[in-house]
Amino acid sequence: MEPGAAPQPNSTVLDSKVPDGPIADLWENHKFSMNLVNPSNKRKFEVIVVGTGLAGASAAATLGELGYRVKAFTFHDSPRRAHSIAAQGGINAAKNYPNDGDSVHRLFYDTVKGGDYRSREANVHRLAEVSVNIIDQATAQGVPFARDYGGLLDNRSFGGAQVSRTFYARGQTGQQLLLGAYSALMRQVAAGTVELHNRSELLDVVLKDGRACGIVTRDLVSGEVTPHSAHAVVLATGGYGNVYFLSTNAMMCNVTAAWRAHRRGALFANPCYTQIHPTCIPASDDFQSKLTLMSESLRNDGRIWVPSGAGDARSAADIPEAERDYYLERKYPAFGNLVPRDVASRNAKTVVDAGHGVGPLNNGVFLDFAVAIERDGHDAIAARYGNLFDMYQRITGENPYTSPMRIYPASHYTMGGLWVDYHLMTNVPGLYAVGEANFSDHGANRLGASALMQGLADGYFVLPYTIGDDLAGLLGDPVVPTNDPVFTAAVAGVEDETSRWLSTNGSRSVDHFHRELGRIVWDNIGMARTETGLRSALSDIPALRDEFHNDVRVLGSADTLNQSLEKAGRVADFFDLAELMARDALEREESCGGHFREEHQTAEGEAQRDDDNFSHVAAWEWNGSDTPQTRHIEELTFDNVALSQRSYK
Amino acid sequence: MAQSTRERYRVDPVRTRRRAWPFPLNIYQSAVGRKWVMALTGIGLVGFALIHMVGNLHVYEGPARMYEYAETLRTIGGGLVPKSFVLWLMRLGLTGMFALHLHAAITLKDMSRHSSDDAGLMSGAKKYAGGRDHIAATYASRTMRWTGPIIALYLLFHLADLTWGWWLGPDFVRGDPYHNVATSLSSLPVAILYVVANVALALHIFHGAWSIFQSLGINNPRYNHLRRALAAGIAGLILIGNLSFPILAQTGLISEDNRACPVNDSDGLVCLAEEAEGH
Amino acid sequence: MSDIISVTVKVWRQDGPDSSGGFETHPQQISTDASFLEMLDLLNEQLNDRGEEPIVFESDCREGICGTCGVMINGRAHGPQKATATCQLHMREFADGDEIVIEPFRAAGFPVIRDLAVDRSPLDHIIESGGYISVGSGAAPDANLTPVPRDAAEQAFDAAACIGCGACVAACPNSAAQLFTSAKVGHMALLPQGQPERWSRTESMVEVMESYFGSCTNHGECHEACPKEISLDFIAYLNRDYVKAKVKNRALSGQR
Ligand SMILES: Cc1cc2nc3c(=O)[nH]c(=O)nc-3n(C[C@H](O)[C@H](O)[C@H](O)COP(=O)(O)OP(=O)(O)OC[C@H]3O[C@@H](n4cnc5c(N)ncnc54)[C@H](O)[C@@H]3O)c2cc1C
Ligand code: HEM
Ligand code: SF4
Ligand code: FES
Repeated sequence: MEPGAAPQPNSTVLDSKVPDGPIADLWENHKFSMNLVNPSNKRKFEVIVVGTGLAGASAAATLGELGYRVKAFTFHDSPRRAHSIAAQGGINAAKNYPNDGDSVHRLFYDTVKGGDYRSREANVHRLAEVSVNIIDQATAQGVPFARDYGGLLDNRSFGGAQVSRTFYARGQTGQQLLLGAYSALMRQVAAGTVELHNRSELLDVVLKDGRACGIVTRDLVSGEVTPHSAHAVVLATGGYGNVYFLSTNAMMCNVTAAWRAHRRGALFANPCYTQIHPTCIPASDDFQSKLTLMSESLRNDGRIWVPSGAGDARSAADIPEAERDYYLERKYPAFGNLVPRDVASRNAKTVVDAGHGVGPLNNGVFLDFAVAIERDGHDAIAARYGNLFDMYQRITGENPYTSPMRIYPASHYTMGGLWVDYHLMTNVPGLYAVGEANFSDHGANRLGASALMQGLADGYFVLPYTIGDDLAGLLGDPVVPTNDPVFTAAVAGVEDETSRWLSTNGSRSVDHFHRELGRIVWDNIGMARTETGLRSALSDIPALRDEFHNDVRVLGSADTLNQSLEKAGRVADFFDLAELMARDALEREESCGGHFREEHQTAEGEAQRDDDNFSHVAAWEWNGSDTPQTRHIEELTFDNVALSQRSYK
Repeated sequence: MAQSTRERYRVDPVRTRRRAWPFPLNIYQSAVGRKWVMALTGIGLVGFALIHMVGNLHVYEGPARMYEYAETLRTIGGGLVPKSFVLWLMRLGLTGMFALHLHAAITLKDMSRHSSDDAGLMSGAKKYAGGRDHIAATYASRTMRWTGPIIALYLLFHLADLTWGWWLGPDFVRGDPYHNVATSLSSLPVAILYVVANVALALHIFHGAWSIFQSLGINNPRYNHLRRALAAGIAGLILIGNLSFPILAQTGLISEDNRACPVNDSDGLVCLAEEAEGH
Repeated sequence: MSDIISVTVKVWRQDGPDSSGGFETHPQQISTDASFLEMLDLLNEQLNDRGEEPIVFESDCREGICGTCGVMINGRAHGPQKATATCQLHMREFADGDEIVIEPFRAAGFPVIRDLAVDRSPLDHIIESGGYISVGSGAAPDANLTPVPRDAAEQAFDAAACIGCGACVAACPNSAAQLFTSAKVGHMALLPQGQPERWSRTESMVEVMESYFGSCTNHGECHEACPKEISLDFIAYLNRDYVKAKVKNRALSGQR
């Protein structure tokens, strides 16, 4: 299909299988109407869970507790290493402990609005409902959430929310929640209900008669390629933010599992919805490997500015007040430095592109605490942000107490992912996606502290119910044996791929190509997108991909730990994904949330949605390597939240 | 179920668990429990070392007082029990503590050696091919497994020297510790040996006395900062006391120049007893 | 601000768990702004270009929180900077002309997989043996039902901050895993939620720990190496709780 052309004739409208009824009771009623698997029958079912981050670990543990026979896979050496561990800020829940007017409905409303009206109402409502159970569960597991002097749980307001609903554990909320889920998982490993496969990477999803029946993994240490069969397969493999090469995601985050599922028929939804976080430490040189997030809370006290004159190379201290442009305060008098993530990010890009960037590589803006330090004193600021300042100093060697921090936006989270219905099942029967891997409940933009909530909601409280509804119908069916031709073919395919990388014998490393790809994606499918840019990406990406496949050099062998080999497959999938992102961005002729098309902005430069034509999810179907994907849609209707235009003036 | 992590990867346990002994012996089966035993016996041994040193200070009051002190040890328990009974009990207890302390030390060292790559046979400590930069470990802590055996050997020598009188020969007078000490320590090699051994003992106690708190979990944030100082104090005290004997013997302060009683195990002892009484 | 320094990297290479390894030396020019692992990335790129296999080392978050990274740098676990994981170490900690010796974390419980990568799965086995609170999903009471004194919660956090990197084992001359184990035991023992299983947890975790690792002699090297500065106090609590557990379990389960 020619990019930008009208939808193809074979494009369909997807059924999200949301039950009918008033939204507030939907989930409760539905839980009652779903089929159940009798406790003694649960052990007759085998379930594969790939990924042991918040979503995967919680799902595997809960399924194990229920009595299913679970196989959990992670390519990490331990489940505790999943990228979820790095989340800092906190987790939202509609507990309303501070008594400031929060409710399930308000969290639901805020999430739909924050997502710029591109999420599915029913899912978001369910998310808000179970959010309260997550906090109970985590606390019971021993997660040491922050507490007040009375010993009760403390909350803070996060990401511009008007209520304090964010639970946190110092700056390590993700770590503590993951350790909770991990310990629950290890309890089931000890109990024998979960069989843990670490250092095992999913390289293919296997279908028989249109139903997911298993996966193929490669043991990263021995190189052995092994088929695994099950009654259902759950992917909890995280997001694809590393398509940009530089991101705040962990080095190993990738799209491979989701992408291989996509290639087997699972629809990939809204790939162009990516979140760029405004406060990260800028790259310091060409071989920068990843970027570090500086908590969003810094914007509460820091003032963002750049020199008014382009190309001004003076150090911050030498630039007089009159020659500084506090551009967020200037453009958004009401919200100032606290505008939402997407707005802050885009504005930083604008000033840097216009030549006002600061730092040795002119690739940042200042985040200045001088006023706050003068007002509240050094000690107060140190108490609030001391650990962040230390981290900044460790990385940059600069002292943020005396000279302003330098920050720049970076890829952080991906709202797109595998399309799933109300049951979190992809369009492939028996194949589920949870956590950041699915196209998620966040619409076109995720609110701070909501990803942890979603991952745990899916894993602890949604999937374990919905999966039973589907499995109940399979009672008595054995799993497809792993010597079935569908498995042997998939294993052979994976082995072929591995040997192809090793025999390409090109001249450049995998990282080299990944970095180049990242540059194209960042420049064209980053914070602001244009038709020209997207079209050029659509020609540059395939060209670079051809070069990659012909000129990559992967040394060593397939039967040892070979990190280049692992990366080669992941980067190959990023190439395909990047191309789809560009097409998705091109087709979506509107701006919404993280997707900003410069052609579609209001007179004030804000994102301009087109609800008449694009109030839908775009879910892409794979048609083989040589044929472009087909764009299907799921209509989004908003019966409970009124659509409005965001404004932060 | 098929293969699990444990089967796929071959990190073999270095110790297989054996059948549990009945309580409370099972505590000794674990390394943590064994460290408790080391610590408890360590307390006993440190206590002994301290008392032993203090007792020996009688040497500065002359041969008669020293004689009296030795007699007192033999007659603890009064007439209720046979002479030397309690002393023998204490010796038995001490020997028991030594045996336990030693057994635990050797087995735990072995356990650590098996748990480490390329560990030193004697120290049990792991080696890095590229070298190792210690930060917290003190010289004392790293040499526990050397100072321990040095103490053990020294003890044997000490017993042979002053309790059994193996090599003082005719010079050895049972029951006249002042004479024996003065004679033995006046020899320079012996004095050096005592100095070396007691430095080892002090080092051992310097780490050991702090280690006791950790091993037994005696931990109170309010007093934790005192633990090191206490250990250093005890070690220092024992060191100074014990070193004074060989040094002063060498400088001639402990000598028999002014001795009133003759040196032998018959009328010499009687004379000493009378002198002590006379005071 | 940023300088280019020349260093000599002496790095351990080992093909597999059963092969013998040795040091390989590479000169390297690097900006002081680079992180230590970026220095290795760059070296790997150069090796790859020369047709030599890149050095295997592990890392993931590069923010000091996941615990994946970790090597011995000049004889210190995670290198010279205090409270800093390998991935957060930057080249400005080194001087022009330095020789940097890089070795894998060593312990019998951490067999080398390849080059600098070791297998730390015994740490998972320790957790598996009891490092959890048994509460099934959905079985939890309201989170505010049980207030936890703030200090207890804070102290529990100090222990829970452990990232499971294994530097404590690597730094320990005895290859003991006391700091890691005591951190998890301490975290749970300090919270009311952790009480019901406190004694059985302590007992089984210590016993699994001892089947893989050495015996602690209270050197304190682990604390110095620990990127999260886990306190030695937790080891004391562990030792105390263990013997208590032996007594308690016996009393509770009737002379088991
Ligand atoms: C720096 C940072 C800070 C953040 N802070 C917050 C915050 O404060 N609040 C918030 O709500 N959210 C935050 N987020 C977002 C949030 O952390 C993530 O969205 C969330 O943790 C994703 O969880 P997950 O379980 O879906 O996936 P992950 O945690 O990414 O787990 C993926 C799992 O899949 C496995 N896997 C992947 N591919 C394969 C494969 N092919 N084969 C086998 N296994 C595979 C991995 O081993 C891993 O176990 C933050 C994100 C970043 C980057
Ligand atoms: C027979 C000779 C001895 C040997 C072989 C020996 C060996 C050891 C060893 C190897 C340790 C363990 C070190 C550690 O865990 O850090 C130790 C600990 C200790 N030793 Fe000795 N030792 C001997 C005699 C003594 C004596 C005579 C004393 C007292 C004066 C003593 C007091 C201690 C103490 C207090 C500890 C600390 C126990 C603990 O860690 O809790 N030891 N000894
Ligand atoms: S205690 Fe410290 S050194 Fe040991 S594993 Fe935990 S974080 Fe690493
Ligand atoms: S790479 Fe995650 S802690 Fe270093």
